[in-house]
Amino acid sequence: MSSPPLSPLPALHERPAFAVGDRVRIATRAPIGHYRVPIYVRGREAKVTRIIEPALIDNEEEGYGRNAGGLRGRYYRVAIPLARLWTGYPAARGDELQIEIFETWLERA
Amino acid sequence: MPHDHDHPHPHAHDHDAHAPIVEDAAPGYYEVMETALRELLIGKGLITAAEIRRQIEVLDSRTPALGAKVVARAWTDPAYRARLLEDGRAAVEELGITVYDDTQLIVLENTETVHNLIVCTLCSCYPRPVLGLPPDWYKLKPYRARAVSEPRKVLAEFGTVLPEGVEIRVSDSTSLVRYLVLPRRPEGTEGWSEEALAALVTRDAMIGVVPVTLAQEAA
Repeated sequence: MSSPPLSPLPALHERPAFAVGDRVRIATRAPIGHYRVPIYVRGREAKVTRIIEPALIDNEEEGYGRNAGGLRGRYYRVAIPLARLWTGYPAARGDELQIEIFETWLERA
Repeated sequence: MPHDHDHPHPHAHDHDAHAPIVEDAAPGYYEVMETALRELLIGKGLITAAEIRRQIEVLDSRTPALGAKVVARAWTDPAYRARLLEDGRAAVEELGITVYDDTQLIVLENTETVHNLIVCTLCSCYPRPVLGLPPDWYKLKPYRARAVSEPRKVLAEFGTVLPEGVEIRVSDSTSLVRYLVLPRRPEGTEGWSEEALAALVTRDAMIGVVPVTLAQEAA
């Protein structure tokens, strides 16, 4: 008799919170510390184009200068049309920004 | 005391006239801080002077010629190109290029309709393992601010005018992902060797500010 297939469930935090194609908003926050989320994209809506694997550095630790490793921070590549970033930028051209943002800075739009 | 060049020269000089090479400015704040930190780290035995020197040699060994080799391989080997676009880091490691800074690498392919440009608005993130040190303009604020707000004007200043219908993708490097632009292979290079192709590929083409061209035209 064969044993039943093993299918261990990943914990919720082990899975990406967002999927490719999801609409997200980059948080508008200004916490103390060094966060590698440029000011010009904070508060903007974006679309997830890629999930960066493997999960990378814990940005919340890094924000306080602790380059602690502990690969817990998930990271997404998101797209924002330049016409939505800058007043007067011609939308018809289809030009776009692509940027990586930490999961902790994204919320569902 | 610098060598004084005001006296007549009876002896032969085979070098061009230049200002005396002296270091008379006092070290700046950050230079002093760097020296102090380095000496402390060495003094406490955390790193050695030899390790620092070795790392400088590692940095010096990385030049755009490595990126050019990656690009030429991708142009001539479709399976390699596919692996490169799927996982840039693994594909450059395949060619013996180690990623010593533990960054990920996304390779951005230029096509007839999409042109990629890379920037780091926050500082100077750059695919150093494959291209070496970035040019000074890449690190300065005008490029960093304008690449994301008026990329077409920036490209035009490099002599690159994109035809109608070509969309720009500006990739802003924020943390642990680096980018390398895979430029379009120029027309008229069918049958060229990988080596001959690599010789065409310049640093600026892999940043995305110019295309790869056959002749070294003044851009």
